[in-house]
Amino acid sequence: MLERAIKGTSGYWGWLIFLLALMGIGLGCYLYQFFEGLKVTGMSRDVSWGLYIGQLTYFVGVAASGVMVVLPCYLHDYKAFGRITILGEFLAVASIIMCLLFVFVDLGNPVRIMNVILYPTPNSILFWDMIVLNVYMLLNIIIGWNVLAAERKGIHYQQWIKVLIYISIPWAFSIHTVTAFLYAGIPGRHYWLTAIMAARFLSSAFCAGPALLILLCLIVRKVSKFDPGKEQIRTLAGIVAYAMIFNVFFFLLELFTAFYSQIPGHMHPIVFLFKGLEGHGNFVPWMWTAAVFAILSLVLLIVPATRRNEGTLTVACIILIIATWIDKGLGLIVGGFTPTPFHTVTEYWPTTPEMLITIGVWATGFFVLTILYKIAVSVKEEVAA
Amino acid sequence: MGVDRREFLKIAGYAALFGLGGKAAIDILSPGELEASMQGIPLTQGKRWSMVIDMRKCLKQQEAGKDGCKECMIACHLEHNVPDWGNPKHAIKWIWQDKYEHVFPEHPNQFIDEGVRHKPFILMCNHCVNPPCVRVCPTQATFKRESDGIVAMDMHRCIGCRFCMAACPYGSRSFNWGNPRKAPKELNPDYPTNRAYPERSKGVVEKCNFCVELVAKGELPACVQACDKIKVHALNFGDLDDPKSNVRKLLREHYTIRRKPALGTEPNLFYII
Repeated sequence: MLERAIKGTSGYWGWLIFLLALMGIGLGCYLYQFFEGLKVTGMSRDVSWGLYIGQLTYFVGVAASGVMVVLPCYLHDYKAFGRITILGEFLAVASIIMCLLFVFVDLGNPVRIMNVILYPTPNSILFWDMIVLNVYMLLNIIIGWNVLAAERKGIHYQQWIKVLIYISIPWAFSIHTVTAFLYAGIPGRHYWLTAIMAARFLSSAFCAGPALLILLCLIVRKVSKFDPGKEQIRTLAGIVAYAMIFNVFFFLLELFTAFYSQIPGHMHPIVFLFKGLEGHGNFVPWMWTAAVFAILSLVLLIVPATRRNEGTLTVACIILIIATWIDKGLGLIVGGFTPTPFHTVTEYWPTTPEMLITIGVWATGFFVLTILYKIAVSVKEEVAA
Repeated sequence: MGVDRREFLKIAGYAALFGLGGKAAIDILSPGELEASMQGIPLTQGKRWSMVIDMRKCLKQQEAGKDGCKECMIACHLEHNVPDWGNPKHAIKWIWQDKYEHVFPEHPNQFIDEGVRHKPFILMCNHCVNPPCVRVCPTQATFKRESDGIVAMDMHRCIGCRFCMAACPYGSRSFNWGNPRKAPKELNPDYPTNRAYPERSKGVVEKCNFCVELVAKGELPACVQACDKIKVHALNFGDLDDPKSNVRKLLREHYTIRRKPALGTEPNLFYII
C-alpha cells in the first residue's frame, strides 16, 4: 500500500516539500543545540523544562484521543465511525512520533538514551511513559495498517486484530494517565501536585484531539474524493463539546481549591499565570487568550446551531485547539516551575532555535501524518470506485 | 578470594615489578579488605551522614569580613571543578548562599527578628532519607547509597532528562547547560581546578555529593575542612546513626530546623538558628 504515498498531485508534493524544508531548518537548529548544549534554549536551572516537554504532554493527549473514535466504533458498535477510525489511529501514530522526538530533543545527553532500557527503573514514571508510548504507537500501526489492508481487499480483518483493538482502548487512557503521573507525584511543585491532573489531561485530550480530527476530516474532504461524512463530524463535535465542558469544569475545581483554601503555594502559580507575580507576567496575555478562547469555543459548541454549522464548528475547533495548547503546551510546564523552590520567579521564554526545533518536530509529525493519510484516503477512494 | 602462597608471591612480585605500593597489591588480592581494615578511622563507617549547620557561627564570621565569608563555597567548587557561568540561569550550585526568606519560604513572618531577616544562609543538597530525585530518575544515575545514606550522582550515566531537577523541592540540582570547559575563561582562569575529580560533559545533572571521594579516604568534606581551617566550625559533619556522634550531640543540645519538613523527604541537613 506504501506506493500510494508516491503518487500524488502537485499540491501534495508541494506540501511535503514545504514540511521537509521546515524539518531541515529544525534539524539544523538541533545540530546547533546538540553541539552547544541546551543553553541555546530559554530553559534555566529554575525552569528546567519548557516548550519541548509541553509539546510532549500536548501530543500525548492528541494521540490518546484516537480512542474517541475507536471506542464508540468497537465497544458501542457505532458503525458510522468505522469510516474514520483509520484517521484517528494514524493521527495517534504521528502524534506519538512527535512525542518521542520531543523527549529526544529535550535530552541533555541523547546519545545515552538507551540507558533507559539498559538500566530499567520501575520506580521512575519516565520509564513507564517510554513503555506505554511505544506500545501504543505499535498497536496503532499494526491495527491501522491491517484494518486498512483488509478493507482494500474487501475482506474482514483477522480476529487477532480485534484483540489488539480491545487492548488499545484502555491503553489510550493509560498513556495520558502515566504522562500526568510524571507531574502529579512530585512533591513541592504545587501546580502539578493535584489528584485531578490525570482527569484534566484526559478531558483536555478528548476535546483537543477530536477537534483536530474534525479539521483534518474537513481538509480530507476538500483535497480528496473521500468524504469522512457529515454524521461522523457531527458526532465528533458532540464529543468535543462534552470533553471541553469537563476540561473547563476541572480547571475551575483547581481554582476553587487554591483560592478558597488561600494556601499561598496553591495560589501562586495560578496568580503568576493570570496576573503576574513579583513583577513577572510574560504569560498573562497568553493565559487570558486561552481563557477567552476556551469560553468562546464552549459557546459555539454548546449552541446546537453553531455546533452543526461546519463553518462555525471550524472556528470553534481552531480556537479550542489554541486554548488547550496554551494551557497544556505552555502554561502547565511554566506554572509548575513558578515560583521556584525559593519562592522567587525566573522567567522563561523559548529562544528562536528552540522554537524552530519545535516547528521542525511538528513538521515531522505532519509529514508522517500526510503520508499515512494519503495512503488511507487513496485506499478509501479505490474501494469506493 | 582463595589465593594460595604461590599465587600470592606471583602477584606480589608483579606488583613490586611495576612499582605498585602495598595497597595496590592488597587491592588486587582481596578488593575491599583494606577498606575494612581502615575501620579505625571513624569517618569511613558512618551509616547516615548528615550535617548540622550552626548559622550563628556562620553569620558571625560573614559579618566579620568585608565581603562576607565564601571559604566553604570556594573550597567545594575548586575540589569539584564547578565552573562559573556568570549567568544565574545556568549556574551550577553545589554549596551556595541565599537569604533566609528564600531558604525557608514556609516560615514567612513579617516581624521576624533582625538576626535572620535577609541573612545569607548556607544551602546544599539535603541528602534526604527519602529523596524524590532518586525516585524519579529513569536510569538510576542518581541513587542513594544504602551503606551511608549519601545521595550520589553518576554523571556518566545521566541522560540529562532533568526529571530530578523537577522533583527536587530544594533546587539543589544543577544542569550543565553548556560544556563546562566552554564556561567564560575570564571567570574560570584555572579550570579544571582539580585533575583528580572527574570532569563532566554538557547535558548532565550534578549536585553536592557530600564529598564521597574524600569521605572514602577518611577525610571530611571540603566545605567542612575549609570552615574548620578558619576556626569557625559552623559546618559539622557526622553520623546521625551514632548516638555519641558530634551531630547527635549538637541536635540534643540545640533547637534545629530543616527545610520543608512537611514534604516527607527527611533532609539530613539541620540548621541551628
